[in-house]
Amino acid sequence: MKDEFDDLDDDAPPPLLDTDAEDIPVVHFENVGVRYGLGPEILRDLTFSIGPRSFQFLTGPSGAGKTTLLRLMLMSIAPTRGLVTIFGEEVSRIDKEGLTGLRRRMGVVFQDFRLLDHLTLYENVALPLRVQGREDASYRAEVTELLDWVGLGRRMHVMPPVLSGGEKQRAAIARALITQPELLLADEPTGNVDPGLARRLLRLFIELNRLGTSVVIATHDLTLMDLVDARRLVLGDGHLLIDE
Amino acid sequence: MRRTHTPDPFEEDALDPLDASDPRQTPLDIGHGAPQARVIEPSSVATPALTRDAPLVPVDSAASRALMAVIAILTFLAALCAGAAEIVAANSSAWRASVAREATIQIRPRAQIDIEALVAQAAALARETPGVAAAEPYSAEESAQLLEPWLGAGLDLGELPVPRLVVVRLEPGADPDFTALRAALADIPGASLDDHGQWIARLSAMANTVVAVGVALVVLVLVAAGLAVAFATRGAMAGNREIVEVLHYVGADDGFIAREFQNRFLRMGLKGAAIGGGLAVLLFALFGRLSASWRASPAGDQIEALFGGFEVGWRGAAVIVVIALAVSGVTAIVSGLSVKRMLAGASQ
Repeated sequence: MKDEFDDLDDDAPPPLLDTDAEDIPVVHFENVGVRYGLGPEILRDLTFSIGPRSFQFLTGPSGAGKTTLLRLMLMSIAPTRGLVTIFGEEVSRIDKEGLTGLRRRMGVVFQDFRLLDHLTLYENVALPLRVQGREDASYRAEVTELLDWVGLGRRMHVMPPVLSGGEKQRAAIARALITQPELLLADEPTGNVDPGLARRLLRLFIELNRLGTSVVIATHDLTLMDLVDARRLVLGDGHLLIDE
Repeated sequence: MRRTHTPDPFEEDALDPLDASDPRQTPLDIGHGAPQARVIEPSSVATPALTRDAPLVPVDSAASRALMAVIAILTFLAALCAGAAEIVAANSSAWRASVAREATIQIRPRAQIDIEALVAQAAALARETPGVAAAEPYSAEESAQLLEPWLGAGLDLGELPVPRLVVVRLEPGADPDFTALRAALADIPGASLDDHGQWIARLSAMANTVVAVGVALVVLVLVAAGLAVAFATRGAMAGNREIVEVLHYVGADDGFIAREFQNRFLRMGLKGAAIGGGLAVLLFALFGRLSASWRASPAGDQIEALFGGFEVGWRGAAVIVVIALAVSGVTAIVSGLSVKRMLAGASQ
């Protein structure tokens, strides 16, 4: 199994542009530490990189700081110390416009989905394009196709509260994918679905990775991780171990 | 050996992610049971429109309805103030115009002087002045009639030193040289000219005060509306914190979020202001009708003589519309600014 994945990985399309820019890590942490208020450091001395077109799991026991690490990458919290570099830009030095620009290059799937309950599924998935000021007519086909692709074509007029957990999960993933992000962060994306669907979602992420997106999946589902021989970032006791 | 966990309901049709020969060409069937060809369903056919132009921040909360009521009430009060000020301003200019069309020469009787001759002389002098249409002396009987309400009928006023009046009517638009007339009248003992300037000044002062108070009240109402909106915006931001956060994560900038809130509040402001302003216009129309029906009665005549008509007229209606638009504008601008300030102050 693992070998097959490796083979597939080798089959990945070659980078279109063979420039230095291609090799800049999507995410780079150097000696990063985080503490909330005056409490102890939740994350200590994190130093790692996430390369372009890479696929990795972020794992560790509950409360180990997986979500905090994702929030650091999302730039929703700032590190207490150390340097966080996203897409080659040092986070503490960018202004709000720069922050928005970087966020538009990443997609995020939240553990609790965070779909907007007053918008239809179609509107939810189209949201990242709408906030960029694009006209509805320009992205209608894209959104419809993506919704069909994740099997929600018939549900696009439905409001999220009436959807099942799996459907919400897929809608959240579709929303993260609609902009074809360079980096996908997924927090427990299989936490709310049955194992079969979890595997299908995993396949979706693998395919996305083949198309050139760096994928980080935070999970503590060992069964899921065993399906793929991918790099594992293991958080424990505030430190990070990398299992290549 | 990997799948030693609970039975998988999708086991039969579940595709192992890694068994797919080439995922790029395989349909990703997620949750629909049997694998199927990647057919784009004609899902957009015969279904409701995809875009409803739904606001990104929800609108139907009790708080926003309360804010709309506050805006309606404030607009209504401001419109009443402005309408009342407009009525006073319009009527006072009518009063001033009619008062300014006349002047009065008063001649106080003196012993051993024939007052009739003096009155005739004064009237003649007035008639000679350019811009004077007519000068009509009040006869002794007419003067007595003027005093009748105070002194009663049947009194012989011959013994009393009652001043005599000459009413000088001016030609419309004329500006006679009252100084020259006053100088000429100085030769007539006991004569004095009242060009009603003092009255006009008092009326103007009163009307200006009322208008100034009206403007101040309108400004206060706008400030109150702004404050109410600022607080409501903070409440809406706090209530929609999750939505704002999601909007940030999906790549919305502060300007976009501020515009969303601004549009929502502008819509609310327009509705509230339209309700308040509309009610004020209706109320003035009702007063106009009532005063028209009273006009037939003597009491109505007196009221109208004192206060003038109750119609706000086109100018008043325009003022009310401007106030309603100003309230909506303040609503939108204040909400947009508060959102921007809050987002700028937020940690992210």
